[in-house]
Amino acid sequence: MTDASPGRTSGTTRTATTTTGPVAGPRGPLALDAGDAARVATFAALIAALGMPGSIALFGNAVPITLQTLGVMLAGALLGAWRGSLAVATFLALAAAGLPVLAGGRGGLGAFVGPSAGYLVGFLAGAAVVGWLVDRLGRVTFGRVLVACLVGGVAVVYAFGVPVQSVVTGVPLATTARLSLAFLPGDVLKALAAAAITVGVVRAYPAARRSGRTAGRPAAAGPASS
Amino acid sequence: MTPGTYRPGTSVLHRVPAGPKLVGLAVTSAVVLLASSPPAVGGVVLGVGVLYVVAGVGWRAAWAQVRPLRLAAPVLVAVQWLALGPVPAVVLTTRLVALVALAGLVLLTTRASAVLAAVERGLRPLRRLGVDVDRAALVLSLAVRCVPVVAALAQRVRDAGRARGREHDVRAYAVPLVVGALRQADALGDALRARGLDD
Repeated sequence: MTDASPGRTSGTTRTATTTTGPVAGPRGPLALDAGDAARVATFAALIAALGMPGSIALFGNAVPITLQTLGVMLAGALLGAWRGSLAVATFLALAAAGLPVLAGGRGGLGAFVGPSAGYLVGFLAGAAVVGWLVDRLGRVTFGRVLVACLVGGVAVVYAFGVPVQSVVTGVPLATTARLSLAFLPGDVLKALAAAAITVGVVRAYPAARRSGRTAGRPAAAGPASS
Repeated sequence: MTPGTYRPGTSVLHRVPAGPKLVGLAVTSAVVLLASSPPAVGGVVLGVGVLYVVAGVGWRAAWAQVRPLRLAAPVLVAVQWLALGPVPAVVLTTRLVALVALAGLVLLTTRASAVLAAVERGLRPLRRLGVDVDRAALVLSLAVRCVPVVAALAQRVRDAGRARGREHDVRAYAVPLVVGALRQADALGDALRARGLDD
């Protein structure tokens, strides 16, 4: 997909020279082609859509609970580490610009200075870790994806979210961590759901993880035609 | 563009470019998080209030910015009261509400498109590190367009699930939604490629 895929370097020499605008370095494994750009943008919108059905504020904590983290896990699992975290970054940029895309139709910079700020940063790292782990799976199976989602989508997100919440609210770290345990069952359920959905999606749409494979490990996968 | 929080106006705050406002908010937030004495937090509240008056957006807009905290703030006061005592509880929660109000004020006086443009400009120095800033800008504007498209797709999938009596099954909701989103994304990618994006 990235370096000279067979589809677009078919014989003619005009491909390399007609680029408009400045070219940002060589197209390495981190470059986005048109298909990747579309997937990243669509997944940013998907994370927003999963946050919409309504957020439930659990008693004793100041961070709402939604399916939004499910979207973050799916972005990592289906798009891979790099595109998955780019999708999360795009989603966060939309939120920062004030579009009502955060859980429960919220949006705006308030979320980035409020108690949930660390979780938003944790989403980025979480999607990257989930993607990194899933990229290293030989086969996408429920158990393996579940482990990736628990490590990246739950542990990593909490590792960012809890300390920041403690700083912002002034509640000691240990108390904040104890209160955050209230979210753990919900997040474990979401990790289970994310694993089941990932397996279901890969089965229903075999091209789902195609571009992730080719970009992550250029040598291992074949040409991007299917 | 999707309706954001922006309120048109001509105040000084409206005329400051988006970039300096965002940087100013980040710096102010970091400084305010260091303030925990009652007089300092009182000063912050006063300052935010003055800025709202300067912006002239009205009380209703100000309330709309802090409204999301109306459930969380009382709980937060209770937790902090137990953990730290009454005075810090009130002071720290007030500080949090003031910060959220300040962040809301930035978006009340800045168009969403201006914020996205500022984000693009902020990425520009990264070009030297190999970041394709034009591609990033394309992804941002595509995503803005995709939000209503995917939301409509989610609504259709939810309706279909309800028709089959499976509205509480997360898998029955999310698998068709994600597959539909991926199909839509790949069609979009083909359309971009057909227009010569990768040439």
